[in-house]
Order: sequence, then C-alpha cells, then structure tokens
Amino acid sequence: MKRYAPYIVFALMAVLPFLGLSTYVMHILILMLMWSVIGMAWNLLGGYCGQVSFGHAAFFGVGAYTAGILYFKGGVSAWWGIPLSIPILVVEALIIGFICLRLRGPFFALATLAMGEVFRVTAENLRNFTQGTLGIMLKERTWVEKTWYYYIILGLSLFTFLVVRKVIQSRLGYYFVAIREDQDAAESLGINTTLYKTIALCLSAVLTGLAGAFYTNYMGYIDPEVVFALHDISIVTIMVVMVGGVATFWGPVVGAVIMVILAEFIRSLPRLGSAHQTLFGILLILIIIFLPNGIVGDFSKLKRIFGFGRRS
Amino acid sequence: MTALLEVRGVSRFFGGLAAVMDVSFTVNKGEIVALIGPNGAGKTTLFNVINGFYKPSQGEIFFKGKRISGMKPHQICRLGIARTFQVVKPLQRMTVLDNVIASAFLRTKSRSEAEKKALEILKFTELYDDRDMISKGLPLGKRKRLEIARALATEPELLLLDESFAGLNPTELNKSIEIVKKIRESGITILIIEHHMKVIMSISDRIVVLNYGEKIAEGTPEEIANNPLVIEAYLGEAQDA
Repeated sequence: MKRYAPYIVFALMAVLPFLGLSTYVMHILILMLMWSVIGMAWNLLGGYCGQVSFGHAAFFGVGAYTAGILYFKGGVSAWWGIPLSIPILVVEALIIGFICLRLRGPFFALATLAMGEVFRVTAENLRNFTQGTLGIMLKERTWVEKTWYYYIILGLSLFTFLVVRKVIQSRLGYYFVAIREDQDAAESLGINTTLYKTIALCLSAVLTGLAGAFYTNYMGYIDPEVVFALHDISIVTIMVVMVGGVATFWGPVVGAVIMVILAEFIRSLPRLGSAHQTLFGILLILIIIFLPNGIVGDFSKLKRIFGFGRRS
Repeated sequence: MTALLEVRGVSRFFGGLAAVMDVSFTVNKGEIVALIGPNGAGKTTLFNVINGFYKPSQGEIFFKGKRISGMKPHQICRLGIARTFQVVKPLQRMTVLDNVIASAFLRTKSRSEAEKKALEILKFTELYDDRDMISKGLPLGKRKRLEIARALATEPELLLLDESFAGLNPTELNKSIEIVKKIRESGITILIIEHHMKVIMSISDRIVVLNYGEKIAEGTPEEIANNPLVIEAYLGEAQDA
C-alpha cells in the first residue's frame, strides 16, 4: 500500500482539473506542487544528508535564469530550460560544494546563505546577460490555460518523489544518513564523505533548479529579487520541510500544502497581511519547539494532543 | 614474514605539544597487540594517525607493505583497517541493523547482501536481538559492541579497538573478551588500546607501552608486567624509605 501511495495520490491529483476548478485554485495547486518539488529536493540534502542549506535560491534562480536566458538570448522556447539547466546546475553544485562542503554544520549553512546572496547580487549586476533588475519577461506564454502547467509540475513532483525514494532506499541513502549522524564515524567506516555529500548536493541542486526552470515558464517573468530571494525562496524552502517533517518522504509535500495555504490566508488578512514574514517566523519557532520532527514526523504526537485516533 | 602494520618513527605534534614522539612498532598477521599507557600517553592520537584522521608530523606508516600515512580515513578503511571509537559514535537515529548495513555496503553494492552480512555479524557479536532498536537507546556495553560489529562489517584485516572494554560490567566484559577471541580465530589481526589489565594480560600476544607520547617498552605480557620502567610510569618512582 505504502509503495503505491505516490501513484494513487498522483492519479487522484491528475483527475482534479476535470472538476472545473477556478484559475485561482489551479494556481494554488501549481504552487503547492512546485514547493513540494523544492522541499523534497532540499530534504535530500538537508534532511537525509544533514547538510542544512540556507542558499537553495541559488539553484532555483539558476534554473529559472537558464530558462529565461535561453529564451531571451538564445531565442528558443523557455521549456528548453528544463533539460538544459541540468548540466548547468551540476556544474554550479560542484562549485558551491567545493567551497562549502568542507565546512560542517552551522558553518556550511552560513556559507550557503552567503552563496545564495552572491548569486543574487551577481544576477543583478550582470546586466548584459541577465537584464539586471529589469528581469526577463516571456513575451507570450505557451498556454493561457493552467491545465498543462499543472500536469507538467505534477509529473515533475512525482518524478522527484520517486527519485528521492529510490535514492534513500539504496546504498546512497544509508551513506547520506550515516554522514548526517556522524561524519567522522562515517569516514572511518570507509564512506568517502566528500564524494557522497557532493552527490547529495548535485541531486538536490538539479531538482530545485528544475522547479526554477518551470517557474520561469509558468510565471512568464523573473527578476533576481524574486528567484534568488533569501526570504521568499531559501527560507521558505526550509520552512516547507520543517513544517512537514524533516527526513520523511511525505513531509515536504505536506509542508508545501500547508505553507502555500497559510501564505495565501495570511496575505488576505486585512492589516496583518503585510506582516506575513513575521508570522512565518513565529510559526517556525513554534514548530521547532513543539514539533521538531514536523507534522509527518510527529504525527503520533499530534494525534495524542488533539485526541483523534484514540484507542477506546 | 613482513609485518601487517608497520609504524615507523611516527610523531604527531599539536602546536608545540608532542602527543606522539618517534614511535615505532610492528603488528604481525594474526596477533593481538595491546597498546597501553597512562592517560594522555598518546594512544588514541596514535590510532587517529594510523586510521588517517591525522597526518603524522613525522614518520611513516605501512600496511601490507603499502604506505598509508597521508591517505584519507575512508581509503584506509577500504584497504582493510577498521576502528572503533573510545567515545562511541553510533549513528544515533538509525537502528542497530541499519548501522551495520551502512558499513557492510563498503564491500557490496546489493542491499540484500549487505543486510545478510549485517545480520550474520549481529549474531556473531550477540546483538541480533537488539537489531531493531534505535542505537541511541542502547546501553553502553551494547553500544561498544555495536562499534565492533560495525567495524567488522567492513571486512577488515586489521581491527583497531579503542577501549572497547572500558566501563563494562563483569558480565559484559567476559562477553566482549569472548568476542575478541572469536574475532582473532576468524583470522583478523587486532591492535587494542586498553586500561583493563586483566583483559590485556589474558588476550594479548605482545604489549607496547607508551608514556608521554614515547614508546617506553615492548614485549610479552610477562615481560611488561616486570618491566621497571612500566611500573614507574604507572605507579611513580620507587621511594627509598
């Protein structure tokens, strides 16, 4: 049953567009799926391999800009960004990994945070290449309807889910978790920690960047402030995983659903709307204190607190 | 017969402090060699140098005739040297079985093979009944044995045991001694750091004594027990009353 759960969820999600949902609801669903892809990608590196990155916007942004620049400079469809961003992201991950992966724990986190900002500032200033803060606009979108975008991101999230599950259940998964639990022990057990951390980073970067390339095609406009954003991308990515459940298969998916709904809800509140970052911050603190394993990881605890599913 | 492990003139400095100073000794195949010495004598540092965590400041180390000083720990492990840690380092949030599977993957790519081997080793180290426990929850004695099990799963030729007997109760102690003897019978050479003299005297073939980073004696257990330098290192200088 558990084995087939992603296919069942996928099949159910595939039927949704036939219900004649409004454009707004479709937009929300697309955002949820996109965030679940980014969350699952981050989870591979931060959750399983224990390398907490505060700079995933660097990968999201490079994916997005690959698509954007291919369209703007190369004159081809921005959809080419999805396959072609893969080698670019691998190279980027190797460079960032070479610099950051020699650091451990909080130092790695800080270095990646700095990396994310370096990429943002670079994208803002390479005006000839990226249009700087003007951003890149796709003159016409492929579809006016959202249905196809929905199916594409749905496919991408199923793909991501299956890749993560496959990796985690293999030898790589054991190595990732071993590195998270104790890097010195892992090293002395014959695990090439540098190599496997780099693999985790590359996989995570590519999956995140694919979501970025999708974003360009879907939104039709990107600028460095948006796709390389520290708070709107890097931090939200971490929140998605923390809320849902670190190092669980379904955690990032649940986290994405909750965070997107919450963001929309808070933004619609009068007066409080513009303080949504503040509210997110408070939520993150509460989650870390009371549900350190997230909603999926601490599900049994939640059940106890709210008293459902009680044995009677 | 060439030595399995040869430590040749190894020193390791931390700033101006010589933690290990010009130490040489060899370990032959099939032996149990004990490394003893008072606290701070440099035993664990020497292990860290052999295992590759530290590079020796001077000197060289050879394993099966191949120079290993300067290699990374994972490369040294692949060549056949496994170690345990004095301060146990289990992969805390993994089960006992997963801990051993993770290290069994060194010699096999297949998940089922790794699991089969891990179960075998857990039976050998008498941890089979605890295989589904999260290793964080194990009592110290079993965590020390888990360290040994994990090291064995990498199929070493030389096993470095760093105080695998410290802090054990008498029952656990006897069990661990049995396991170490069984390991030797299976053809694995052992270099062991230990404070427990009863254990040292009963299992080791040769003993190397360190004091303040320098080797002060080497010999059979009887020779060491009667060596005045060793007695002085442990008990202080004899006073003429």
